[in-house]
Amino acid sequence: MAQFLQVLLSGLATGSIYALAAVGFSLVWQAAQAVNFAQGEFVMLPAFLVLIGEHWLHWPLWAALLFGFALSILLLGLAFKRLIVQPFGPDGGLPLVIATMALSILLKEAVKTFYGAEAEPFPSLIPNGDFHIGGAVISVRDVLNLAAALAVVMLLTLFLDRTKTGRQMQAAAQNPGVAEILGIDVARMTLYAFLLNAALAAVASFLITPVYLAKFSNGESLGLVAFIAAIIGGFNRIRGALVGGLLIGVLDNLTATYVTLSYRAALPLVLLIAVILWRPQGLLGDAEARIV
Amino acid sequence: MTGFMPMRRAAVVAIAGAIVAWHAPAQAQNNKTVLIPCVCELSGAGAVSGTNYRDGAHIAVNEINAAGGILGHKIVMRDYDTQTNPMVSRALVQKVVDAGAYVVMGTVYSGSTDVNMLVTEHAGVPQITGSEAPDITQKGDPYIFRTSSGSEKDIPALVDYFTQTLKVKKVAVEWVQNDFGKGGHDLFVQAIRKAGVQVVADVPSEQGQVDFSPDVAKIKHSGAQAVFVYVNEEEAARFLKEAKKQALTVPLVGDVTLTDQKVIELAGPAAEGAIAHVGLTVSAPVPSIQAFVAKFRKIYHHNTDHNGIKGYIGVYAIKYVTEMVGKFDRKAFAAKMHGLTLDANKYPGMLLTTSWDKTGELSRESFMTQVKGGKAVVIATIPAN
Repeated sequence: MAQFLQVLLSGLATGSIYALAAVGFSLVWQAAQAVNFAQGEFVMLPAFLVLIGEHWLHWPLWAALLFGFALSILLLGLAFKRLIVQPFGPDGGLPLVIATMALSILLKEAVKTFYGAEAEPFPSLIPNGDFHIGGAVISVRDVLNLAAALAVVMLLTLFLDRTKTGRQMQAAAQNPGVAEILGIDVARMTLYAFLLNAALAAVASFLITPVYLAKFSNGESLGLVAFIAAIIGGFNRIRGALVGGLLIGVLDNLTATYVTLSYRAALPLVLLIAVILWRPQGLLGDAEARIV
Repeated sequence: MTGFMPMRRAAVVAIAGAIVAWHAPAQAQNNKTVLIPCVCELSGAGAVSGTNYRDGAHIAVNEINAAGGILGHKIVMRDYDTQTNPMVSRALVQKVVDAGAYVVMGTVYSGSTDVNMLVTEHAGVPQITGSEAPDITQKGDPYIFRTSSGSEKDIPALVDYFTQTLKVKKVAVEWVQNDFGKGGHDLFVQAIRKAGVQVVADVPSEQGQVDFSPDVAKIKHSGAQAVFVYVNEEEAARFLKEAKKQALTVPLVGDVTLTDQKVIELAGPAAEGAIAHVGLTVSAPVPSIQAFVAKFRKIYHHNTDHNGIKGYIGVYAIKYVTEMVGKFDRKAFAAKMHGLTLDANKYPGMLLTTSWDKTGELSRESFMTQVKGGKAVVIATIPAN
């Protein structure tokens, strides 16, 4: 029982990070109708921006974090939208997807060239410590990671559902033409979606890097798992991305502990196939039809 | 006037010719070079090992060149990044062999060396590797030489530590599924079972794995009294962090990487108490090693790990052996190195007295280390075997 509890909570903590990255996939999909294959690198980069502030500019951690957060929003939100997404027009389609793949390579190689290929330690924002529940040792970090991810997704859902700006963002995402006729500034709403995605990526980066270490290649596996989590949960649902992320995190840990460690990497793909076969719109997603 | 000009011109030409002739031999002497490329893991999962190996090698190259080179030839060392990809490493080794490499330095990751050593063997080019997988020196390749002893030399010392010092009856094994990990894992499991110790959890992990929570949970609930950790540097740091997070309190004992300086830096306080057997360690209480470590820090402004020492002594071994042979002869070089012992008193660049057997396997004094106060401290010295 203690082992099960331990594995379950560790899985939820890992899954919460997948969920934050998966929500980003969902946001960009709704805003630009494109899959951002650089999403993993979007989670990798903010940690390095903090390290630049800390090690190169010799700022205290809090200032470096603010610097990293602000620069992430600027680079991964504003610049991404203006320089990568916007030139492809409202229906970026496949060229835009390929552009995000190129961006993923560019970000990885840039970090490797300018910061280094070796892993770097990253300061923990959460104090070390643990508490015991039924024989399981639960770390404060895991619990706070999970709480932070749940809080972020909950606030985001509330913002989208309960505020005027949030509803305008949803309207702009669902039908930009009609939204524009209704007087909604579609371009601005789209920009908000990109800025939110960048902010989520930065939060995920700050939470996960103290454990995973800062490394240029961190985004590779994270991006793939988050992408799968978004599909499993439902690409057009923020809550779906949360469910997908947590589900993968927990099942990955349970499989690795009780079934096999050797094939744990295959689990998300097996889940993906199962969901595509039985519920293509994802567990919480809505079916969409498009004329092509 | 017309008769004087040719004479003066002739004199100028003669003087210029004399100057050129006077300088020419020295110039030609300075232009003599020998190509010793470093094919290493400068990015990817092996970047920690590869970059240190390269940096240590470059210190030796600069020192040797400043002292006149090898047999009057300056060493030219170019770096090639394998990206920790065996197939890339093979292509790069082929490239440097085609470019006329005298000896190849690298690679460090066993998975890469297993693949690219076929190229050097075929071309008859000696290769000084930092790899430690047992199979590397068991293939009958006459051109491969280690800079650190292989797992088959280290495992007996570790088994002794588990059975005689820790006196455990149940162990867990955490290992990485690559050539380095599998070789060490197989040897350890066989030897520890033979010693009457039960392996209660056998936990494989992936190279580059970031989440070790299920691994640690499985080990923690297995009843193991100690854990043998056989993974690469970054994964070792992540494992230690997770072990600390889940309050895994049994002794964590590894080989080579677990108390590596980079692992301590990455894992922070989580590395405290970890124990490892190391062929080379920057904390060895040996003046020559301490001098090298200080030199490395002064040049690169960061600490090296044992791979920096490997790169350094690898280049010095090339110098000493070539000077013994008296010419740049790859076949004679390889033949000379088999069964050779380089005494550190006579050959100071070796830092520790080192021997190679007829397979290229290496023997020298080794150490048991433990992380105490953020540093790997030698807790026992093990004689060469």
